[in-house]
Amino acid sequence: MAWTKNVLRVNLEAGTCTTEPLNMQWAQDYLGQRGLATKYLVSEIDPKVDPFSPKNKLIFVTGPLTATMAATGGRYSVVTKGPLTGAIACSNSGGYFGAELKFAGWDMVIFEGASPKPVYLLINDGKAELVDAAHLWGKTVWETEETIKTQHQDPQIRVAAIGRAGENRVLYAAIVNDLHRAAGRSGVGAVMGSKNLKAVAVRGTRTDAYQMANPEAFFAATEAGKKVLAANGVTGQGLPTYGTQVLMNVINELGALPTRNHRDVQFEGAHDISGEAMHEKRPTDGKANLVTNGACFGCTIACGRISRMDPGHFSVKDKPQYHGASGGVEYEAAWALGAANGVNDLEALTYANFLCNEDGFDPITFGATVGAAMELYEMGVLTEQEVGFKLPFGSTEAMVKLAELTAKGEGFGKIMGLGSKRLCTKYGHPELSMTVKSQEFPAYDGRALQGMGLAYATNNRGACHLRGYMVSPEVLGIPVKMEPQATEGKPAMLKAFQDLTAVVDSAGICLFTTFAWGLSDIQSQIQAACEGDWSEERLLLVGERIWNLEREFNLAAGFTAKDDNLPPRLMKEPAKTGPQKGAVSKLDIMLPEYYQLRGWTKEGVPTAETRSRLGV
Amino acid sequence: MRITLKLFASLAVHLPAQARSRHRVEMDVEPGTTVAEVIRRQGIPPGQCAIVLVNGVWVAPPERAARVLAEGEILAIWPPVAGG
Repeated sequence: MAWTKNVLRVNLEAGTCTTEPLNMQWAQDYLGQRGLATKYLVSEIDPKVDPFSPKNKLIFVTGPLTATMAATGGRYSVVTKGPLTGAIACSNSGGYFGAELKFAGWDMVIFEGASPKPVYLLINDGKAELVDAAHLWGKTVWETEETIKTQHQDPQIRVAAIGRAGENRVLYAAIVNDLHRAAGRSGVGAVMGSKNLKAVAVRGTRTDAYQMANPEAFFAATEAGKKVLAANGVTGQGLPTYGTQVLMNVINELGALPTRNHRDVQFEGAHDISGEAMHEKRPTDGKANLVTNGACFGCTIACGRISRMDPGHFSVKDKPQYHGASGGVEYEAAWALGAANGVNDLEALTYANFLCNEDGFDPITFGATVGAAMELYEMGVLTEQEVGFKLPFGSTEAMVKLAELTAKGEGFGKIMGLGSKRLCTKYGHPELSMTVKSQEFPAYDGRALQGMGLAYATNNRGACHLRGYMVSPEVLGIPVKMEPQATEGKPAMLKAFQDLTAVVDSAGICLFTTFAWGLSDIQSQIQAACEGDWSEERLLLVGERIWNLEREFNLAAGFTAKDDNLPPRLMKEPAKTGPQKGAVSKLDIMLPEYYQLRGWTKEGVPTAETRSRLGV
Repeated sequence: MRITLKLFASLAVHLPAQARSRHRVEMDVEPGTTVAEVIRRQGIPPGQCAIVLVNGVWVAPPERAARVLAEGEILAIWPPVAGG
């Protein structure tokens, strides 16, 4: 069996670490990672609990394909009740930490309670202990990882940590592992900070951590899967060469690039911050921003960006610690730190992205919050006196300054740490927050791409592109081409994507494989790894069950159909330029059909029949 | 008749050297020129043309031989790419 069958339960209040067997019935029903940890969380906490209460729990979880030969099998997730949204939060990360945790013999670590003083969890295979972290509190993610490795004289320890943003409870604080991979969205890092938990440090060396149900079939299935990824133009060439950032020009040409807090749908500076621009030699020092690409554990795609800044750039001129190569901007970060604010300085974006990694906060929500603040400033609602400096759209200096203040929790950075919903509400304009369920949109305009609008509105963790990526059919023609403004067929396609994505997120592999892999490619690997019958039909049923379980949690937490909505700007203000000019969201046409396809009532509640069919 | 051709990512090599960094070139074509003809003229392997937009609107592979370009239109082409 591809599960280790071991759960580590850490009571932070009592300071105890105990082992318990994995609930294998739940593993059969929810597979692993996202689905399985959600089942544990939903079973153990009150949905109405304050996310920062010790009664909230924080779960680190791997999947059955994590730490295996499956391509991209290095994923883990963090599941909790999120402080930004008040909804279920599940944040997924790559790097090497997840595989290390599984090699140490654990499917899952459940943190409960809150520690009376800062601690970190040290796992060495089967041994786990809480260690005093007084000397780490106040340090960045990068300092924390280096200190732990030095302290234990082991460079191979893998560390997932919070920076000052998590300690300060920035509502979109991330948990960062391997220096620049992150469980980035929904504020899982702030929950970690509220528990006085600075880091999880793992060394895993067990070769008997898990067993394959059918090793020969697994070798064959994973080998075949890798050949599919290598032969595919997207996963074999496009992503390794240009990364996700290649989308910047595509989405801009299509008129779907949210710009200046969604006031516009095209950005005149898009080319300057694109994947292509990262390859160009800078006029200042003759070097390109992009140094190389990078891969997570077991990944044969390698989409990661490793960048080096121009040491003469104003933001780092006197800061040599940022002159080395580190995690560069992905598409989402480049959009949020750039187009969302009207900033077209690639070097400044790279610096702000370094800060997000260094102190652990989500560049999407941060960048979008900068955009909202700039709009409030231009309206005269937010003043220079309050912020401490001028804050017009397109100000590189202001964006950089806000990133520094948010990282440190100083000055106006404290307000920025609340996210755009609370910021805009505080200044009397909640309608200017570009959010769903208080979480900021990523880099696709929900008017210009109708299916993405529906995906945002119905997403269980608030606005996000990773739970039903309608960009595939609406922009890329994968698996079929759908017109951006069409509504027909979108609810059904979205439901299929949401359910499939829940399977991928629960298996331990990366969502990017699905640019090349179909369900059958994934099914054959899960079937060979896990005992039992894992047919494609059953896997999709598991995905649908997970989606509904998350929905039930949110309903119990107090969310209703009214929260499946988009900001008025997307519903009423037509797109101003480009091929989607004049478009507003047609959510009202698509949502009723979506509810019906989901087996939900008109109020968005799963019917008794749906609950019975799924066993939720 | 003048159109704008934009070639992104690895397709930029099919642009004149001085136009590659901005990924665009303005070019004169005969009236009646189709999308497929521009692709052929620039020596771009048709199999590498995964995303083809004219003024931001998708042109599917079977339509490329029939889609006639008009004065001032922007033809943008990408190889197989994706993101997230």
